[in-house]
Amino acid sequence: MATRQEVTLAELCILACSEAFRGGGEIVATGVGPVPRLAAGLAKLTHTPELMMTDGEAYLVEEPVPIGPRGDYQPKFAGHLPFSRFFDDAVWTGRRHAMVTPTQIDRFGQTNLSALGGTHKQPKVQMLGVRGFPGNSVYHPNSMFIPAHSTRVFCAGEVDMVSSAGYNPAKRIAGGNYSGIDLRRIVTNLCVMDFGGPDHAVRVISLHPGVDFGDVQAATGFPLLLAANAGVTAIPDEAALAIITRLDPHAIRASVIKDNPPAQRP
Amino acid sequence: MFDKRMTLTAVVSQLHDGMTIGIGGWGPRRKPMALVREILRSNLKDLTIIAYGGADVGMLAAAGRIRKLVFAFVSLDAIPLEPWFRKARESGSLDVLEVDEGMLQWGLKAAAFGLPFLPTRVGLGTDLAALGGLKTVTSPYDDGETLIAMPALKLDAALLHVNRSDWRGNVQAFGPDTYYDDWFAKAATRCFVTAEDVVERIEDDHAADAKANIVPRCFISGVVAAPGGAHPSSMPPLYGWDSKFLKAYAGAAAAEGGWAAWHAENTGASETDYMAKVGGIDAISSLPLPVF
Repeated sequence: MATRQEVTLAELCILACSEAFRGGGEIVATGVGPVPRLAAGLAKLTHTPELMMTDGEAYLVEEPVPIGPRGDYQPKFAGHLPFSRFFDDAVWTGRRHAMVTPTQIDRFGQTNLSALGGTHKQPKVQMLGVRGFPGNSVYHPNSMFIPAHSTRVFCAGEVDMVSSAGYNPAKRIAGGNYSGIDLRRIVTNLCVMDFGGPDHAVRVISLHPGVDFGDVQAATGFPLLLAANAGVTAIPDEAALAIITRLDPHAIRASVIKDNPPAQRP
Repeated sequence: MFDKRMTLTAVVSQLHDGMTIGIGGWGPRRKPMALVREILRSNLKDLTIIAYGGADVGMLAAAGRIRKLVFAFVSLDAIPLEPWFRKARESGSLDVLEVDEGMLQWGLKAAAFGLPFLPTRVGLGTDLAALGGLKTVTSPYDDGETLIAMPALKLDAALLHVNRSDWRGNVQAFGPDTYYDDWFAKAATRCFVTAEDVVERIEDDHAADAKANIVPRCFISGVVAAPGGAHPSSMPPLYGWDSKFLKAYAGAAAAEGGWAAWHAENTGASETDYMAKVGGIDAISSLPLPVF
């Protein structure tokens, strides 16, 4: 049995992220970035085999494709889901759960991937643009993975440019249908959170081993709740670690969290 | 009679200052870069560019050719933030309409069908509508739902790069994903394609690939042979994007001399000149396909 000292924090996060996909049904699990993608694969290979996944490009696979250089590995295509059909087949039909890493998240679960500071005509820092976040947020479940929990990411007030919709009443136009907004989990290097508080307030549902609620609150720009039954985030067992290792043969996960610390905080 | 073959220069001579031009492909994939370079060699300016942007947008922005950009993202994938696009945005030099990826194709579809807009929930709850001046419509049915009216993105011209075409404009596009190239073509008054391979009659030797005909030829106005024409973007199954070139291109955004130096060194006086600079079709063909 691996101990908390041997398991890395990234591996613990992969397991925690995989829980976000549990019982999701026959939907496309999209994990953007190594930890979310490994998490989707782990979920499919353990508790939620009905999940659908792509090869990271345009084909559906039933066997999650290992990340990084593939060597002799040949992905086995079971279906086709190109961007040219992505909105029809996955996003706008709600058949998807995405886990992404926005630059900013606020207390309403609104996120920003577009730009920081300045004006929209002249932002101080231009990032990617909103990409598919607006549509994702009103049509299907979404979760987030944040490798460096800080007040810069979990900002005070509202995000600079609302790229994905959250639970902010002030942003809702009368008559609009917001029933598709379904924010599930936020997994960070410190804890796991959800939107289960009053009026969808963000609350901590588990703390990673050795992390105090005070540590999390200090790194968050808005007030957090602590769930009554919050415990310690589970560490992956040998079977889960074997799957993670198989899906990440080049240990790309070791580069996700600064200094690749162990799961147990000293 | 309706031989659509033409040259890059002839295509660009049909484009005018102030036009709205849609560019096919996605990020650093399947971009009609030979046509983008030909625009860079011309004096064309004040363009409204609509694209799932990559180096096409970065280069045209850097060269000061874009008045307005309609975008959901601009990215080189492996280099997530397109540095020339960033520079243009952070200097405040571009008018923009920022939309969601799905809204962009929805606007192309509205244009293709001659509709003023198509309704969508996408954008609700975000800053897009307020920033972009997008208006809402109310469903006339019992539900009375309020929706965003995504305006038609009508194009004066669309530019695409395909794998194969014949002189009639029967195109074939391979690779795992052809993105929204077909809708760019249908949203445009005229669509010009460059092709890796231009053949005489596509039915003679390539009938088995007819399912790769992403859009019927009535939407294609001009065809130009441009092997390697997507470089430095990828063109599956033939070649991947040119990581080394894109890294140098990105690095040049912070280097002394800026765009003028990069352009002088790299765009070439003609496409023949450009191809010679980058090692020709053999070098391009050896670029490995990206792994996602």
